[in-house]
Amino acid sequence: MVQYTQAHFNASFAALSDVTRRGVLEQLGRADASITDLAAKFDMTLTGMKKHVGILEQAGLVTTEKVGRVRTCKLGLCRLEEEAAWIERYHQLWAARFDELDKVIEQMKRKEKADGRKKRK
Amino acid sequence: MDAKRESERAPMKNRTTVERKSERELVTTRTFNGPARIVFEAWTKPELFKRWWAPKSMGMSLRSCEMDVRVGGKYRLEFEGDSMAFFGTYLEVTPPSRLAWTNEEAGDGGPVTTVTFEEKSGRTLLVLSELYPSKEALDAAGTGAADALGEMFEQLDELLVALGASVGRS
Repeated sequence: MVQYTQAHFNASFAALSDVTRRGVLEQLGRADASITDLAAKFDMTLTGMKKHVGILEQAGLVTTEKVGRVRTCKLGLCRLEEEAAWIERYHQLWAARFDELDKVIEQMKRKEKADGRKKRK
Repeated sequence: MDAKRESERAPMKNRTTVERKSERELVTTRTFNGPARIVFEAWTKPELFKRWWAPKSMGMSLRSCEMDVRVGGKYRLEFEGDSMAFFGTYLEVTPPSRLAWTNEEAGDGGPVTTVTFEEKSGRTLLVLSELYPSKEALDAAGTGAADALGEMFEQLDELLVALGASVGRS
């Protein structure tokens, strides 16, 4: 689980490395806001703001909820989502590891094949 | 023909599943396109293990990786850029089908990790189980993560105050 925390911190710090995203967090610390509100406040396109909010959401810094046609953003995760979110990040970490492991295995297989060919000669 | 070439270039990724199997156990599964002895080797040779266990896509990087892979042998993994380390003891080493070790960095509440490698027609099903000493320990690992989140928000508050102050000053 410590691994989870490590990965999570990295995602969080990446999310915090941007001045707009820090501004969004500061704004949401004062009051919840819709993506449209945030886009207007930061003089940005809706698409651009959606991207920033998506990164903050992935890092677990912001949670969003769609009511009707409006997506409202607030700070943090709601309690109910905490376990699901934790397992989801644990899942992401292992999926990322296993994708890398695939590459290592492919390389080992190729090497074994090549070595086998050499031996037969 | 084109489709075949495409699939050779980028083989389909197999699916990773995670399930809370019981109050004390978290189980992860994944199939690999290779025989068990190769997959097992990638878990037990430090020079191979360090290439995948700290994925760059997650912003991770290992500074050192020591593994004495035999029953009673120790392992120690240290991350780049901070003082955090993972360490424990191997409990079972049965090539190429089974590995188990303790996770001791979190004290008594740490899980025992068991990995099994089951080969079927050249492919390997890997099952990774993390069994905690109690429901409370597994819950704590989860809420520990949530607490870390809480702590992070506090740090974030401080950071925002500091940033605000520096903007104010300039």
